[in-house]
Amino acid sequence: MSAANWRNAMNSGAGRAAMRSAGGGTLVAGNRGLTPISAGWNFGGIFASVRPRHIVVLAFLLAYPWFATPFFTFQIGAQSLALGLIALSLTFLGGYGGMVSLAQMTVAGIAGYGVAIFGAASAVDAAISLGWPWWVAVLISIAIATLCATFIGWLSVRTEGIYTIMITLAVGVAFYYLCLQNYSVFNGFQGFQRVQAPTVLGVNLRDPLPFYYLVLFWSLAGYFLVKYLLRAPFGIALQGIRDNPRRMNALGFNVTAHRVAAYAVAGVMAAVAGVLLVWYNGLIGPGSVGTSWIINILIIAVLGGMRHPIGAFIGAIVFVLLQTFAIDVFDRERFNLVIGVVFLVIVLFSPDGLLGWWSGIKSKFPTRGGVR
Amino acid sequence: MRRTFVKTLVATAVVAAFAGVAYAQQGQPVKIGLLATLEGPFAAGGADGMRGAELAIKQKNGMAGGRKIVLIKASSDAKPDVAVNATRKLVEQDKVDIMVGPLSGGEGIAVKEYSKTQPNITFINGSSGAQATTLVNPSQNFFRFNTEGAQWMVGLGKAALDRGYKRVMVIAEDYAFPYSQVQGFMSEYCRLGGKVPVKAWVPLGGKDYSSVIARIPKDVDALVVVLGGADAVNFLNQYEAAGGDKPLVGGSITVSQDILNYKGKRRDSLVGTIAGAPIADAYDAPEFKTFVADYQKSYPVSAGGYPSPSLFALVYYINMKAALDGLDLVKGDLSDGQKKYQAALQRMTLKTPVGDVKLDANRQAIGTTFITEVVKDKQGNLFNKVLRKVDGIDQMLGQPKEQFKMGTRDEPSCP
Amino acid sequence: MRRSWKIFWTLVIGLPLAAFVVWGLWDNTRLFAVTLLNGLTLASLYFIVAAGFTLVFGLMRNVNLAHGSLYLLGGYVGFLVAQHTGWFVLALAAGFAGAALVGLLMQVSVFRFMPGQDLRQTMVTIALSIIIADVLLWWLGATVHQMDAPGWLSGPLRDIPLIKAYSKYRLMLLPIGIAIGVALWLFLNRTRVGMMIRAGVDDRAMLSAAGVNVNVLFAVTFAIGAGLAGLGGVIGAVELSMVPGEDVRLLLASLIVVIIGGMGSVVGAALGATILGVAETYGLTYAPTYSVVFTFLILVLVLAFRPRGFLGRPA
Repeated sequence: MSAANWRNAMNSGAGRAAMRSAGGGTLVAGNRGLTPISAGWNFGGIFASVRPRHIVVLAFLLAYPWFATPFFTFQIGAQSLALGLIALSLTFLGGYGGMVSLAQMTVAGIAGYGVAIFGAASAVDAAISLGWPWWVAVLISIAIATLCATFIGWLSVRTEGIYTIMITLAVGVAFYYLCLQNYSVFNGFQGFQRVQAPTVLGVNLRDPLPFYYLVLFWSLAGYFLVKYLLRAPFGIALQGIRDNPRRMNALGFNVTAHRVAAYAVAGVMAAVAGVLLVWYNGLIGPGSVGTSWIINILIIAVLGGMRHPIGAFIGAIVFVLLQTFAIDVFDRERFNLVIGVVFLVIVLFSPDGLLGWWSGIKSKFPTRGGVR
Repeated sequence: MRRTFVKTLVATAVVAAFAGVAYAQQGQPVKIGLLATLEGPFAAGGADGMRGAELAIKQKNGMAGGRKIVLIKASSDAKPDVAVNATRKLVEQDKVDIMVGPLSGGEGIAVKEYSKTQPNITFINGSSGAQATTLVNPSQNFFRFNTEGAQWMVGLGKAALDRGYKRVMVIAEDYAFPYSQVQGFMSEYCRLGGKVPVKAWVPLGGKDYSSVIARIPKDVDALVVVLGGADAVNFLNQYEAAGGDKPLVGGSITVSQDILNYKGKRRDSLVGTIAGAPIADAYDAPEFKTFVADYQKSYPVSAGGYPSPSLFALVYYINMKAALDGLDLVKGDLSDGQKKYQAALQRMTLKTPVGDVKLDANRQAIGTTFITEVVKDKQGNLFNKVLRKVDGIDQMLGQPKEQFKMGTRDEPSCP
Repeated sequence: MRRSWKIFWTLVIGLPLAAFVVWGLWDNTRLFAVTLLNGLTLASLYFIVAAGFTLVFGLMRNVNLAHGSLYLLGGYVGFLVAQHTGWFVLALAAGFAGAALVGLLMQVSVFRFMPGQDLRQTMVTIALSIIIADVLLWWLGATVHQMDAPGWLSGPLRDIPLIKAYSKYRLMLLPIGIAIGVALWLFLNRTRVGMMIRAGVDDRAMLSAAGVNVNVLFAVTFAIGAGLAGLGGVIGAVELSMVPGEDVRLLLASLIVVIIGGMGSVVGAALGATILGVAETYGLTYAPTYSVVFTFLILVLVLAFRPRGFLGRPA
């Protein structure tokens, strides 16, 4: 799929108009991560454009558990951040690399299963778990998951853009069936129970407060990693490859290597999030890596908007809120219908997700001088 | 004078406030959370389970222990993580006092693990029937008033041998509940001399049984089929179309009402199947007949109910009834972290439509099983006739504790 | 690829296969033969459904992930018609027509306005698949729906040498699949519309420049593709029942068939379906807990050596 097609697909008319009117001048190869260096401190790269709103959001995130109930901290806060991290890996690959990979949840699932298999977990009637110390299990799982992500990337990158969705979906569903049917390693339908976060330095990571901060730390790490990469030569090259691979090839960049490396980076993020997610759930089974979750991650990424890394987390928060409280508003049984309709509306009218819709609204109320 | 008046007023107000609080405690409704699978493979069973639970509340006019019952429903799709999320929301966000559910085996194990983090809330099972829930790492506040999968098959091994089935092949779904069912069948069947040359475990939701059917040995006398829902229907169809004619021995959900009611002609091949289950549609005890009549009145077929309540309806009814009867015993007092309530549940003898139920040390029910046979009535509907009723079955299935081994894919084995 | 490598890989893949065939025939000939028949008939069903998928993908570059839901929709519509009228043939036609109609609606009301935005179209199909699946669940409930084969096809065909007995209906799937394949081939290669579709798969822009009304062509193609899914749904409803969850399975099968066989090629779909159907069935019979690994291995091999599928063309 060509660069122009991609931008058409991902930019709504309002979004483009907003960028133009805002005079951002940042429509160069779509490096939306850059903003003009104006007010704010200049700590090199990342902190060049810190704004008051960033400080407010960070303060809110840090202080959140102190005024929210444990339920909200754990089920809403930690879950959204972990899912958001997986969706961030998808946004990184899809929004900035032009490769929408549906296998991110699979990579997260591989890491989760790794923690269950290598660490201490209960497979009820089968003695599969090896019971190694938790940090060994976690490190090995992340390594294996990243390797798998690289392999999946290698499989997908030699084909055309739209093939990527097909291939990664096929890989994802194949992994689901593997987990479902295999008993010697994956314990089939039962999966693993009692996969619990460890107690580190006397702090029990299963409690809502410490667990929330753990997830918050890694989400912030992922977010800043993406923001840094996007401004680094690697990220710029990646976006160039997204827009025009042939030209980049002619310029001497190894297109395939860059793409596979992007898959690897996204794989690390998804793997870390997968470990956090399995600790959150306390269990893992084929249902955790099945089609509905594979598609849910895509929905989260698109819902928030793939034009900026924060979109993944916004989408995750909205999704988790919908999922938890839909039953109070309408039948829980019709939750899928609601999600499907919301997704359809977003794709039809605001392909840039909530972020695009928000810029659309802001463009109707231009700020003073029209410069953002 | 004014001061005294004011002091008295304040004192009265304070006393009234405390009394008011105490009174409010007494009159405050009890919130009960109800979880069943309303999506996915067991959706039909889940809907009937909810009907059974609601029937129990309706029979007591929505009150128990002098307090009003408020029911908050949630649904899952047979996935353990969804079940735990839904339970967590009911317990921590909606602040239910008592939790009833879930439906399927894997969910039951996951919810039991969660219950350990909330010792002041009482968790009562819905219909999950895996042995491991109460046998392995049991939870102090998770109560199961229904017998589990293995207990439901006690007596079936002997009945199969009595019919002359000396060699059988087992075809069952590959997860915890069928393991328990097969263990319950085989521990008796093998001990009495039966042989099981082949065990075929099929993935849950797998539709293509051609490979399994191709593997059926010629010299088996019957097939022990422990499949539920759509899987059972598919298997029956494909087996008959492939020219199979061996008699069947059924697991408890293979001849449940939702299968006997499926819309297709092939169900006639089920007539004559023996099975073990906690429910038998034709059981003629008066308590059971009252239960069936109540169900049929509240949920006529036109409104979506089955002609006769299914296994899920009965089991959810029993568990909800336990919750309500327990409230009656403690007169609605759920203070002190529900310790009195949980002790009452542990001690009580529950009167159910199919007999009395008591709990063992792991809070697992000791109850009744029916050996049934499928017959067709005058209207052409299929139902389960009672061949035998076995009471007082505990989770060890009557075997000494040292000999008992939980059901897995490989255990028990007698080729 | 150099000749020496080709020989190497052929041996690496071919020898274990040959060894397996020999062992299987010697170990239990009946089982081997029945499994082969099971695999081929399953491949027939996969082919019917995947042919529609590959047509839509090939011509319109639209990865229609709602294809599985259309399969389910066709099955349910066919079931209802069969219940009311008792005619299997009517049910087949109704399943085809119902799914084709929905497909036509999708193309004309949504996709037509997103020309060239492949990714966006695909995401719309994902959303639609969720919506359709849930609406079907709402409307028809989760009870099991089993359709009966027509009278003359129900029951077993007995006295076949070696195999002894086999389901008549399942055996019928083979000729039905072949018939549909031939009909599709004739349609694509011997009619004007078929010629335009083939031209469009090769080069869309040129087709439009040559004066063909591309919108009408797309609508027709999408309708046919969706209709094939619905037809497959009715056929599959008898053999495997109608339950929510089938849509995912058939969608995965279509994806793999198209990846193996190549985009836009009906012959490729036939090839891919055969490979997938046979591999899956043999896997389920001889190594049930690893069958998906074989499918996945095939997928990896094809992607590694022929990323566009055996008969695919560069997009």
